[in-house]
Amino acid sequence: MTTDELTIKSIRYRKKLLRYIKQAKAGHTGGDLSCLDILNVLYHRVLNVSPETFDDPGRDRYIQSKGHSVEALYVVLADRGFFSESELETLCRYGSHYVGHPTRKVRGIEQNTGALGHGLAFSVGAALAGKMDDATYRVYTLLGDGELAEGSNWESMMAAAHYRLDNLTAIIDRNTLQITGPTHEVCDLEPLEDKLQAFGWSVRTVDGHDVAALSRLLDAVPFEGDKPNAVIARTVKGKGISFMENDPTWHHRVPDDEQYERAQQELDALLAEVTS
Amino acid sequence: MSFAAGKELGRANLEVFSETLVSLARENRNVIAVTSDSRGSGKLTPFAAALPDQLVEVGIAEQNLVGVAAGLASAGKIVFAVSPASFLTARALEQIKNDVCYSDQPVKLIGISAGVSYGALGSTHHSTHDLAALRAMDNLTIIVPADNFEAAEAVRTAAGMSHPVYIRFGKRPLYHLHQPSTTFEPGKALLVRDGTDVAFIATGETVYPALMAAAELEKDGLTCRVVSMHTVKPLDVDAVISAATDCRAVLTVEEHSVFGGLGEACAAVLMQAGIPTPFKIVGFPDEYMVTGSQLEIFDHYGISAGKLAQSVQVLLKADTGRSKANRLT
Repeated sequence: MTTDELTIKSIRYRKKLLRYIKQAKAGHTGGDLSCLDILNVLYHRVLNVSPETFDDPGRDRYIQSKGHSVEALYVVLADRGFFSESELETLCRYGSHYVGHPTRKVRGIEQNTGALGHGLAFSVGAALAGKMDDATYRVYTLLGDGELAEGSNWESMMAAAHYRLDNLTAIIDRNTLQITGPTHEVCDLEPLEDKLQAFGWSVRTVDGHDVAALSRLLDAVPFEGDKPNAVIARTVKGKGISFMENDPTWHHRVPDDEQYERAQQELDALLAEVTS
Repeated sequence: MSFAAGKELGRANLEVFSETLVSLARENRNVIAVTSDSRGSGKLTPFAAALPDQLVEVGIAEQNLVGVAAGLASAGKIVFAVSPASFLTARALEQIKNDVCYSDQPVKLIGISAGVSYGALGSTHHSTHDLAALRAMDNLTIIVPADNFEAAEAVRTAAGMSHPVYIRFGKRPLYHLHQPSTTFEPGKALLVRDGTDVAFIATGETVYPALMAAAELEKDGLTCRVVSMHTVKPLDVDAVISAATDCRAVLTVEEHSVFGGLGEACAAVLMQAGIPTPFKIVGFPDEYMVTGSQLEIFDHYGISAGKLAQSVQVLLKADTGRSKANRLT
């Protein structure tokens, strides 16, 4: 898939994402928009997994530790054919498997997540199993930046380095905002790169909305022999919708009718621009 | 030589666990033990020496232990996550809930040195909450073996289970309670001794004191049934109901708080079945726990042959079962 095609997909995904969040009257809008381009690149350029190979022991694994951004994942998985997009009409409805956090009831999802600080340990286990079996699959996990305050992550960081899991890549959605406000005000993470390096990881920083740069970087995994890979993806919470960007109140706010129309118009204008 | 329950001293269940696990792991290289700096207390040093590639050490990090175990299990490994029961089931409770139970990853959670096995090390090291916490977890089988037979069978059975299981082991050598020809099945209680006056429904390392109490009560002309309720969840409801309908009184015995464990599980069964047999839960009360060895703590809280026999006599006195003296505190 070309970079232009990915760019167009990113805009279309945003339109769908907002539609389903509006319809369900629920969703983590801001964080969905910050990680959407990363998911787009993962599922179209990086992950060796498809609906047909999802049960194959040799598939690449993606574990979304920041489970609250599940709506973005649903939209991408539906587009990749893991399930029919019409299923998303049931998002958060009574009896639906399309819950507000990932579950294995949905094809394409590896592990139930949502409580923070869980995905990395699971990913370490999956990557370690791969090493034990001399398998060539890779494991990717997406963490929120606010999530890194959970101490369990740092237990897993140590273990990943100890076992030299170069088949593991942790992408940090560094949008610098969490529900209460800026991460540096809530509990400062910086210097994040230094911390990750000190824990034995090979660290790269990238614009998390630049699909070409993300593709190039993730193609280069493993970055260094014998080290787990960390990608600090600099992102914007609410990316793509002018009035949502960098506003923590959009953490899990649902747009009203007027906001929804404005958002769709902005995305339509962007789409017209990139397709012209 | 004929077999008699409670006559011959065996080994600690932890040793049996370790030996059984080594045997399983030799047969199948996908059998993995994950430990949190607990291979010594888990008796896994022989495992580590014999099968170093099948042992994953995560250091003192129980949350990571359980999460890593879930990830390994997701990739087809048969994973035994081994850590002191106290830390495994309190510190890593959310990992047990989400990564294992909710996600249905078939991890075998092994709580070592469980209950008050650590004795005088104090309450930080005791697990008197684990059954209560884990009974409320959807999709988890809970097994508390009472002797070496049950321990070995539980480990072998767990290896083949496709859903999560928690097994709890103590450190003290235990008396043999079952003939080797006995059939072990999770969810099916085992009868150690039969009787019609009083039923002891006990689990784990308290089955033996219940059996000794039964022997004492026999001298007073009372015949006692002793049931080893090795599986606390799913509970063998039929065994509970028949104990309460066949006998005049029921005592449950467990190495656990009186809140939320085996006793309350049995009480719920009997209450819902409308069976008003005099009933007592023997376990640890809601108080700052006394210091002592496991057996001293047992005796202090009424889990010894003599004190259990006394509890039976009190319970059998007319109406005492419903008296204020028998209220749970």
